[in-house]
Amino acid sequence: MLGNLIGVLFDGIAYGSLLFIISIGLSVTMGLMNFVNLAHGAFAMLGGYSCVIAMTRLGLPFLASLPVAFVVSALAGVVLERLLYRRLYRATHLDQVLFSIGLIFMAIAGATWLFGSQQQPVRLPDFLRGQVRVLGLDFGAYRLFLIVVVVAITLALTWLIERTRFGAEVRASVDNQQASAGLGINVERVFSLTFALGSGLAGLGGGLGIDVLGLDPTFPLKYMVYFLLVVAVGGAGTIKGPLFAALILGVFDVAGKYYVPQLGSFVIYVVMVAMLLVFPQGLVGRRA
Amino acid sequence: MKNVAGLPTRKWSRFEIGFWLLPLIAFFVFPKYLTLGSQILIAGLFALSLDLILGYARIISLGHAAYFGVGAYTAGLLAKYGWGEPISGLAAAATVAAAVGLITSFLVVRGQDLTRLMVTLGIGLMLFEAANQASSITGGVDGLSGVEMRPLFGVFAFGMDGRTAYVYSLAVLFIVFCFARTLVRSPFGLSLRGIREGEKRMPAIGVSVPRKLIVIYTVGAGIAGIAGALLAQTTQFVGIDTLGFPRSAELMIMLVLGGTGYLYGALIGAAVFMVLQDYLANLSAVYWQFWLGLLLVAIVMFARGGLMGGAIALHRRWLRSRT
Repeated sequence: MLGNLIGVLFDGIAYGSLLFIISIGLSVTMGLMNFVNLAHGAFAMLGGYSCVIAMTRLGLPFLASLPVAFVVSALAGVVLERLLYRRLYRATHLDQVLFSIGLIFMAIAGATWLFGSQQQPVRLPDFLRGQVRVLGLDFGAYRLFLIVVVVAITLALTWLIERTRFGAEVRASVDNQQASAGLGINVERVFSLTFALGSGLAGLGGGLGIDVLGLDPTFPLKYMVYFLLVVAVGGAGTIKGPLFAALILGVFDVAGKYYVPQLGSFVIYVVMVAMLLVFPQGLVGRRA
Repeated sequence: MKNVAGLPTRKWSRFEIGFWLLPLIAFFVFPKYLTLGSQILIAGLFALSLDLILGYARIISLGHAAYFGVGAYTAGLLAKYGWGEPISGLAAAATVAAAVGLITSFLVVRGQDLTRLMVTLGIGLMLFEAANQASSITGGVDGLSGVEMRPLFGVFAFGMDGRTAYVYSLAVLFIVFCFARTLVRSPFGLSLRGIREGEKRMPAIGVSVPRKLIVIYTVGAGIAGIAGALLAQTTQFVGIDTLGFPRSAELMIMLVLGGTGYLYGALIGAAVFMVLQDYLANLSAVYWQFWLGLLLVAIVMFARGGLMGGAIALHRRWLRSRT
């Protein structure tokens, strides 16, 4: 029983870590640009497919295909931000929602047309398969790997945001765009770069997640709620908030599906609505 | 009552009367397309319910299909277990959907745009999942079959030619439309517009914003329930997709295509959408989804007002050119 509990907790944390990597970009888009981007999952899907293509067509090993996923999604993010997203920063939330639903539909149709509607397989390297024994308990090697990657990314992001000049510019732009622009910060460039970074991380998450979340054309729609949830519950514009929210969601989702499978995804939706009502501003409220 | 400039009147204009003649003419001109016709009328009614809460009160809802589905399942289950009388079934569905709407409205009106979006989405998904899991009652993914309707007024049976379904849907749509039209022209409707234009200022003139929003959300849910019940009764089947997110998304597309905040925009958008869907989805379902997405992006980028907005702008230009 206790072993089960630890196993569920572990799987939940691994799952939550994955949600965190994918959603952190969305947190930035919502916090920095105040843009409700439902189509964020499409960047993750793009990363996933880039990963699969890099492995099957180019013959790259799994680990080498992950940077490919990051770069492709980041580039797509820059292009879309310049061409489309930028024009809607000042639009109403309704317009942004409609626009991003439109993008989701196009992404789903595009992916179905290019790759077919079936699940994409991924072949993990041998050292990431099977179990690892730690302190007398068996852990899935790949899930352990996921957690390590997320810890590394979180540390790197925290360093980037807290310690670098670019991070200071991002924080300043989040707090007050006009004053930042007045101080000579190129807010537009900050927007573009952070959007690219967020899309890239989503792509990386998509690649990492093929084994856990699966990959088929309905991906952006299937997981849309989860990504939105992480940001809405965690509070947009921070790193800590979405991280906590993602871990909580991951654990509840895995635990719900393990202990009360007959309820299915019901648990997670109840948790979501409850958390939104208790913390309307998110777990870690942004400074006004 | 004397007309005050800028305030809406109760009088029906020529355009409105002409508009309502169209579905009547269609009944005689396209007897082969009456099934599609009643689908359009039902979609129009559903879009109308969203227009009340989105177009007039600016509540962004991503889960409006929840109430549509609740209405559909209520009517379907009633008919399946022996209560096949259509009109009382419709009333029951409206009541249940409005009750669900009232209960959930307290959650919805609390937050701001993003929270509302998430909460409506969550409510929709929750109901979908509940219907999916309770397959012994709802039929799960296979849908609810065995819905048997008794003839309307004991005389007009729901036949294969779809005549009864069409006239029934049209009558219900018209009655509900008249109600909605009166509602948005009433002082209550005007205060909703006030909330839409400046939510923070309304309390200053003595309007309780949450209370108004709760009322309109409940009304919207009830009308969505009627639309769902109509679908269940006329097709004698309830699929689980009546509750799904794609239906909520398509609904929004219909509404913005037609134009929000005009009531007629909802009906026009639904008609254009359904005809396009009927034509394009037959060619290829995947292409249809792609064009749908593109259409949505294009509307947001270039045509914010939708078809109604465009038509009104043209009309104004025409009026100005005459003077």
